Amino acid sequence: MVSGLTVSERQLSLVVLTALALCGLAMAAAGRADALGIHGFIVLAFSLGLIFLVISRYNDPEPPTERLSRYYDDPTKVGIVLTMIWAVVGMFFGVWVAALLAWPDLTFDAGWASFGRLRPVHTSGVIFGFGGNALIATSFHVLQRTSRARLPDQFSPWFVLIGYNLFCVLAASGYLMGLTQSKEYAEPEWYADIWLVIVWVVYFLIYIRTLQRRKEPHIYVANWYYMAFILVVAVLHIVNNLAVPVSFGHAKSYSLFSGVQDAMTQWWYGHNAVAFFLTSGFLGMMYYYLPKRAERPIFSYRLSIISFWGITFMYMWAGSHHLHYTALPQWVQTLGMTFSLVLLVPSWASAGNALATLNGAWDKVRTDATLRFMMVAAVFYGLSTFEGSFMAIRAVNSLSHYTDWTVGHVHAGALGWVAMITFGSLYALVPWMWKQERMYSPKLVEVHFWLALTGTIIYVFAMWNSGIIQGLMWRTYNDSGTLAYSFIDSLVAMHPYYIARTVGGLFFLAGAIVASWNVWMTIRMARFGQSQESGADVPVYGKADAVQAGE
Amino acid sequence: MKEFFHRKIERNAIGFVLAIVGVASIGGIVEIAPLFTIGETVEEAPDMRLYTPLELAGRNIYIREGCYACHSQMIRTLRDEVERYGPFSLAVESQYDHPMLWGSKRTGPDLARLGDKYSDAWHVAHLINPRDVVPESVMPKYGWLMRNELKYDDLGLHLAAQRKVGVPYTDDMIANARWDAYGQANPDSSYAQGVAERYGEATNIRVFDGEPARITEMDALVAYLQILGRLTDAAHQTAAAAAEE
Amino acid sequence: MDHETLVAFAKSWGLFYLIIFAVGVLVYVFWPSNRKRFDRAKKSILDKDDRPGE
Repeated sequence: MVSGLTVSERQLSLVVLTALALCGLAMAAAGRADALGIHGFIVLAFSLGLIFLVISRYNDPEPPTERLSRYYDDPTKVGIVLTMIWAVVGMFFGVWVAALLAWPDLTFDAGWASFGRLRPVHTSGVIFGFGGNALIATSFHVLQRTSRARLPDQFSPWFVLIGYNLFCVLAASGYLMGLTQSKEYAEPEWYADIWLVIVWVVYFLIYIRTLQRRKEPHIYVANWYYMAFILVVAVLHIVNNLAVPVSFGHAKSYSLFSGVQDAMTQWWYGHNAVAFFLTSGFLGMMYYYLPKRAERPIFSYRLSIISFWGITFMYMWAGSHHLHYTALPQWVQTLGMTFSLVLLVPSWASAGNALATLNGAWDKVRTDATLRFMMVAAVFYGLSTFEGSFMAIRAVNSLSHYTDWTVGHVHAGALGWVAMITFGSLYALVPWMWKQERMYSPKLVEVHFWLALTGTIIYVFAMWNSGIIQGLMWRTYNDSGTLAYSFIDSLVAMHPYYIARTVGGLFFLAGAIVASWNVWMTIRMARFGQSQESGADVPVYGKADAVQAGE
Repeated sequence: MKEFFHRKIERNAIGFVLAIVGVASIGGIVEIAPLFTIGETVEEAPDMRLYTPLELAGRNIYIREGCYACHSQMIRTLRDEVERYGPFSLAVESQYDHPMLWGSKRTGPDLARLGDKYSDAWHVAHLINPRDVVPESVMPKYGWLMRNELKYDDLGLHLAAQRKVGVPYTDDMIANARWDAYGQANPDSSYAQGVAERYGEATNIRVFDGEPARITEMDALVAYLQILGRLTDAAHQTAAAAAEE
Repeated sequence: MDHETLVAFAKSWGLFYLIIFAVGVLVYVFWPSNRKRFDRAKKSILDKDDRPGE
């Protein structure tokens, strides 16, 4: 890690880390009477640890200039490991909170272990920890390969990766202490938000600087999706997190917006976080790793461009479908519903494009679980975007909103689409990164596939059932014209489904653990020198017949 | 011309960036811009009062514990919701809510009209162990609220920050915030009178957690829960007016 | 600027913008001289070469 940096980059790291340590110290001092102080100490310890690491390797020889004729993959490798760690952590918390709804006394009478504090640890852990690290790791890989250009320097990718994980740590530890803005999926407080903006600007600059130096005339469409992810998430994050801190010694802040304006801003953010974090970025992944693994070009490149602009344009309007029948003006609700319906077109264009790419390679899908992960992901992408458009219809939403159906929908997307495409891409990427012919155990990939698919199906069906039953019970009248069920009746009816969803989640978590083991063993395989420099998945170095850039 | 334009966008990555930002944000701006003037569409509620410092502290505990993850505070304009929970929510009712707590999920029931529905003693018992009061409940226990002393010495800063984002707290309210928090939960103290003067005679001034000696987080949270839906009468008036027609 | 004006503007020009935009994208995608670059882009990612371009 450190030995890959030039001497001036090592100096830069020390300067940046010292500045960060001073920030931590200032937070610890100003917030000594507040939870902010604890975060100050975390930042301080984090940066001191890294300073120590840099200093211990400071006198290592500089990397040779020959490095410039190779891609820079070290941050991607570390990013993959972090992705797997966060996957297990985030999904573990998911199973825990699911279990809390079936057995509510699992809290040890402690604040940090109650549902309300653990839930954001789960959501942020999987969305930002697992999803975000996967996006950063794969984007560095895809960006370099499709541009045929090395990352601009060795320092900034580390800054992005490590800085982003510091943000995730601050977020998760903050929730356990009760630090939250209460805005769903934007819970971290003001100082963590500011830090993420800095990290994000550097991330964006890496992208721009690499694209500017690209050797390909055209920017490959996967990069469009990654760029949209980076840019729009920045806009959303900044606007939705505008807030006034109580003081510089307080972690607590108050949102700039209130009431209906705040609701609209929050769900404009919330829905587009799904669009640009959980969809756009992962479509970028799909448009690179799926054709690459199937060894077939994407079915229609034009279609991928059309759906790109369709998604980028239309998602922005759809957020208000989260607020049907509320105090939001009706025309905004109708607008949101209309665009949610139209969104189905570009969404299905992407899903169809992926599946059509596999047409003619179905034998590979049958034998290769990695490719099957990607195929199932595309299917779930199609299913959950259809479901999303359906649920945005006012009449449907009146039933589905506030129920477990929403939770089921989200997980059809998160488990079926986001996690599956990520695992598929990582299974393709890991052997390339560590120069292995294949994963340590293809059989375990197969096991993981079935665990993940079973878990997803159990989870989603449980939530569909419970959500629809819940929605119907709430609105059922008896013959005398009064409501037939009390709220608690509906809660009792949920109990078996809450157990089923915990079991579904457990399957999925088990799959993630199997995957982590498999990735770890592949890395060990590489370390003990069983590397094989031939075979289909291995990049060819200096072979005479290799296709050269610009050919 | 067209050709030239596209080539240029693509060759220059910055142009591409601007295109994405433009396309994406115009959608957002067109949709959101009218909301900056939404004040004009929000109903009038001259009787609207502000959260007292104690209630605001309680609201912050509600946020801290993540109550919004399972409880909504937004009754939709649907017959069954109005019959189950009460008059549908109006925009004006959350005009001073920074942030809003409309919620997105009802693992538990809606709380928009919870105020005055149950006694303080019920709330305290329910928060300490929900299953003592509602055997089927899946809500976590919040016993530590009763053990934790409320930190109220900095509430003036909280009110000042609220004023910065647009809530009309007066200098008097900010200066007396900590004493008002103390007084609201200690009706026999000399500070109780000031609360009623500043926030109105209808303010609940009583020992919320049943223990007069200490101001606990339980005091604050129960004070907040008892004011839900009670800041203004506008929703009930709207419902009554609709019934007459 | 009052609320009604902004709403009217959002409603009318939003749609206009959508249509213009869709036409622009379609023209770009089907512009004949772009065909070659798209073809190259879609095939070149499959190259086995694993070094930055010269």
